[in-house]
Amino acid sequence: MSDYNFAYLDEPTKRMIRRAILKGLAIPGYQVPFASREMPMPYGWGTGGVQVTAATLTPDDTLKVIDQGADDTTNAVSIRRFFQRVAGVATTERTAEASVIQTRHRVPETPLTGDQILVYQVPIPEPLRFLEPSEVETRKMHALEDYGLMHVKLYEDIARHGEIATSYAYPARAAGRYVMDPSPIPKFDNPKLESPAIQLFGAGREQRIYALPPWTRVESLDFEDHPFDPSKAEHPCALCGARESYLDEVIVDDAGGRMFVCSDTDYCAGRRAAGHRGTEAAA
Amino acid sequence: MSDGKSLQGFSQGLSKGLGPGGPLLSVEGVTKHYGARLGCADVSFDLWPGEVMGIVGESGSGKSTLLGCLSGQLAPDAGRVLYEMKDGLTDTAALGEGARRRLMRTDWAFVHQNPRDGLRMGVSAGGNVGERLMGTGAQHYGRIRGAALDWLGRVEIAADRIDDRPSAFSGGMQQRLQIARTLVTGPRLVFMDEPTGGLDVSVQARLLDLLRGLVREMGLSVIIVTHDLAVVRLLADRLMVMQGGHVVEQGLTDQVLDDPQHAYTQLLVASVLQA
Ligand SMILES: Nc1ncnc2c1ncn2[C@@H]1O[C@H](COP(=O)(O)OP(=O)(O)OP(=O)(O)O)[C@@H](O)[C@H]1O
Ligand SMILES: [Mg+2]
Repeated sequence: MSDYNFAYLDEPTKRMIRRAILKGLAIPGYQVPFASREMPMPYGWGTGGVQVTAATLTPDDTLKVIDQGADDTTNAVSIRRFFQRVAGVATTERTAEASVIQTRHRVPETPLTGDQILVYQVPIPEPLRFLEPSEVETRKMHALEDYGLMHVKLYEDIARHGEIATSYAYPARAAGRYVMDPSPIPKFDNPKLESPAIQLFGAGREQRIYALPPWTRVESLDFEDHPFDPSKAEHPCALCGARESYLDEVIVDDAGGRMFVCSDTDYCAGRRAAGHRGTEAAA
Repeated sequence: MSDGKSLQGFSQGLSKGLGPGGPLLSVEGVTKHYGARLGCADVSFDLWPGEVMGIVGESGSGKSTLLGCLSGQLAPDAGRVLYEMKDGLTDTAALGEGARRRLMRTDWAFVHQNPRDGLRMGVSAGGNVGERLMGTGAQHYGRIRGAALDWLGRVEIAADRIDDRPSAFSGGMQQRLQIARTLVTGPRLVFMDEPTGGLDVSVQARLLDLLRGLVREMGLSVIIVTHDLAVVRLLADRLMVMQGGHVVEQGLTDQVLDDPQHAYTQLLVASVLQA
């Protein structure tokens, strides 16, 4: 590991990223531009999150990396190995044991604490992007709190599908001011954005960092007569029997058999270790 | 009908002197160049509440430039545009960007010649009409949809088209949708640049009829640019004739058209009569 500076990035770069993080924490939900560096992995592999994690880690930290809730996907494994190699930090798969968690597409089921930092990998930080392609215009809209277009999008959803069909990257308003994209987490996770942990969002290709300080009020946008509904399919996990966790549908055999299991693998394993059983659990 | 028009203009002329209120819009010496080329020069006039002002002139005479300056889309090189707000006549150039945007989507409306410039083509008709409401804080889906339905009805678009995109509409329907979208917030002042420009003659007539009804019913103040004198006769109380960026004649519509003073206006009226 002595081939690299601690956590790969040089100290001036880390300082620059920390400044962006601090500014982001001071203005919840505001997208702070930063000079994103080339990382030894392609965009789309979480280079924004990796840079934020690199600027956040200390030698005493314990790192957990998840992708869609799982610790063992290629993306999660390679980022975890990267930091083992360039920072030499301890790693874990247990949410409760981690001090820094880098995530793609999920918030862990196990409630976070005030000692933890959750780092999100963000592909597209701008919630208005699909409605207004001009960056100059979207910045102006944020500056003027001109968010009517977000509701036009939700209106279109209801008009077409009878309900708000947006189920990922569901837009939310931070501290009553900036509308933000919570990254492609399921809307089921939106209520967890009001958290005792520090939450940092990094977009590498788009060169933006934004943040939520602990206990920031985060409201998912909705209509008075179509209130935000974070609910998910009414199945219990087939492995651990959990009813309150977010589930993935997995195909289990060649005959097209399916089952629903926790997307958060650590949470599911923890419940099974504690004796909880679902319908498909091996005895 | 033309008598009715001049009466209306006359009574507004009276209220100017007698009524408690002043002008809604006061334009002072507005000038705009594009580099060395003149857009419009030294234009001044007052627009009174409920008044419809027509602007005519040949292509390139500066009509759109002037309308752009009046509606805050272009910054004039010289002159001022004052609008009647809470605290009286207010210099619109001195408003912050936020206040100007609010004004543009509440009190003001702009109807473009090409409906594509005024509509969101990827959003349903209902979403197009609802946008200004949502932009000013409406967050009740049912009420927004109700208002959209009501406005589609008022511009004679069938209720069952509410979820269709404007790209599936004819040119005339698109223009009527644009009008519904801009009028839904009950503006006081509407700017229109050739609103009947790209349409067939029969479609034009129907649209004009509709516009005239809405203007009367809502008591709108309107500044309408056109090169069609028939539009002016039908809608405008007062008329401004432009040539080469300058206003060469202005007055009550019937006076100007029936007894044109300036040589260019005489030519304009004569050429229409011959046609
Ligand atoms: N963006 C621009 N850049 C440079 N010159 C311009 C621009 N827009 C207009 N002009 C010039 O300013 C003058 C007035 O143009 P304007 O578009 O206001 O005329 P108009 O009366 O609206 O014409 P039309 O009836 O064809 O729409 C013309 O000489 C035109 O060429
Ligand atoms: Mg023009």
